[in-house]
Amino acid sequence: MGEKREIRILGIETSCDETAAAVTKNGREVLSNVISSQIAVHTEYGGVVPEIASRKHLEKIDEVIELSLSEAGLDFSSLDAVAVTSGPGLVGALLVGVSEAKALAYAIGKPLVAVHHIAGHIAANYIENPDLRPPFVCLVVSGGHTELVLVRDYGSFEILGQSRDDAAGEAFDKVARAVGLGYPGGPKVDRAAEGGDPEAIRFPRGEVSGNPYDFSFSGLKSAVLNYINRAKMTGEEISVPDLCASFQASVSEALVSRAIRLCRERKCESLAIAGGVASNSALRKRVEAECLENGIRFYRPSPVLCTDNAAMIACAGYYEYLSGRRDGASLNACPNLPLGALCPKRGREEGQGR
Amino acid sequence: MLTLGIEASGRSAGAALLRDGRLLSEYSLNVGLTHSETLLPLIEALLKASGVSLSDLDLIAVSAGPGSFTGLRIGAATAKGLALPGGIPLLPVSTLEGLMQNVSEFPGYVHPILDARRSQVYTASYLHGEKVLPEEAVSIESLLKKIRSFPGKQLFLGDGVFPYRELLSECLGEKLVLASPANLLQRASSIAILGERNFSLAKSAEKFRLHYVRKPQAEREREAKGLRDYDLLGEKRGGETKDRLLPRNYPIDSGGYEN
Repeated sequence: MGEKREIRILGIETSCDETAAAVTKNGREVLSNVISSQIAVHTEYGGVVPEIASRKHLEKIDEVIELSLSEAGLDFSSLDAVAVTSGPGLVGALLVGVSEAKALAYAIGKPLVAVHHIAGHIAANYIENPDLRPPFVCLVVSGGHTELVLVRDYGSFEILGQSRDDAAGEAFDKVARAVGLGYPGGPKVDRAAEGGDPEAIRFPRGEVSGNPYDFSFSGLKSAVLNYINRAKMTGEEISVPDLCASFQASVSEALVSRAIRLCRERKCESLAIAGGVASNSALRKRVEAECLENGIRFYRPSPVLCTDNAAMIACAGYYEYLSGRRDGASLNACPNLPLGALCPKRGREEGQGR
Repeated sequence: MLTLGIEASGRSAGAALLRDGRLLSEYSLNVGLTHSETLLPLIEALLKASGVSLSDLDLIAVSAGPGSFTGLRIGAATAKGLALPGGIPLLPVSTLEGLMQNVSEFPGYVHPILDARRSQVYTASYLHGEKVLPEEAVSIESLLKKIRSFPGKQLFLGDGVFPYRELLSECLGEKLVLASPANLLQRASSIAILGERNFSLAKSAEKFRLHYVRKPQAEREREAKGLRDYDLLGEKRGGETKDRLLPRNYPIDSGGYEN
């Protein structure tokens, strides 16, 4: 029936400390990917301050949206839908994007599609890998999440393993703080580990009983802190590169061993990684090597698509749009939205600062 | 001239349409639902029932604080989303001035008070529509001390009346006047009226700013300690850029902004 229509989706993402907007064409082609990063602001506090994040989102969101359209060479009328992260994340931060996106969709008379933040991270893999299609296993690792997900189909997920305590990214932040590297921990530990010996210190691999795919990082974090304290007390000098490299080796092994095991047991031929920690160079190398060894195809997004961005939201939003999902003017932000779930109706506002 | 007024700074969500000084329509909901669930549906219904489309609007006026941080942001982000595509001018209107407008014909002093928690109220004082005390967050006792010498009837309104009604009555006795229930809380129509009056000050969506009065707690604490980032992290501060949040496009082969 005629030539294939191009679907252009504006994605909006404000779940944490990046104000982002992007436009994709037919899901996988990124026409623009605009980010206003608040890292410089939150660094002054040693971590993300929710109230400040919310205020900055509101200040920057229009500029970000307009730049995403002008970089894509489009205007509002050429969009087919607006996709927005509705959760999980910081409630006050999410509400800025959700409120703006809802009003925008209404104003231009186009459908609104809510996107789960983690579904967005997983979808980031589609952008540079035209051959990647479900089913595949995805290891999601970020500041707030550590999950092993079986992606059955677009928008259809089964979480088979997750962290029982800290997210992997949290462990990075805490270790970075303990050795004086500061925030954000992920990239700083990664850089500090360059030239370090990953076998210098043997940290625990976070074994847990029960579900073989679950993770635990609080024990590892404590082991690193204990090691630092013991060295301080005995006056022993700590090699920060060795410590960071050894810590990364422990995190990577815990993550990769479970991901590979899941692929083998489920006879899944493809493994993808996603989330901010997926830009960690030690983890990327490790997954790549083990995938090669086990005959599993390995997919990963570029670093710019690993950290929070709106291109991934516009990409995931495209598949939600195709599946017929439409959200209305009463869409709410859901700070604890489980993957694959709809936001429960009727909730009280949280985080009502005054 | 057609103005849409939006008010979401308190417990109720409201919207009103004003055409050349005449109120066309006003909706308000205070039913325990969050503003993010009620505000936009309410605006849609208001426009539809009034036979008005967004493109007919000359101005969107928004209650811009002080008030609930989250509520203010839902109101502002909604207004910005509505205004952005068509370039409708946006105007921030003081929430306290909006309350004052509810009782604009009152001949004496008007004191809007909004519960600011931490035993404080957001307040300002007005006489004949002119501000006589600035917007600030203070304790009710401190406000009462400041207005002790003000002669005549003193009208109070806003949600701060609920916790302090008895104290006000004790201190002011016969001088105290409380607004009637219809005028006691924030109203979108008052925001629209003030918006229309100050139309020339309207801004584009990206220049619109809220007026929180209070800084975020983390910022206040840091300032109290006199700490800067390099004190916290033992790092030397890099060269200040003009806008640290400057949005940039990151094409997909750019390798990431960490680099």
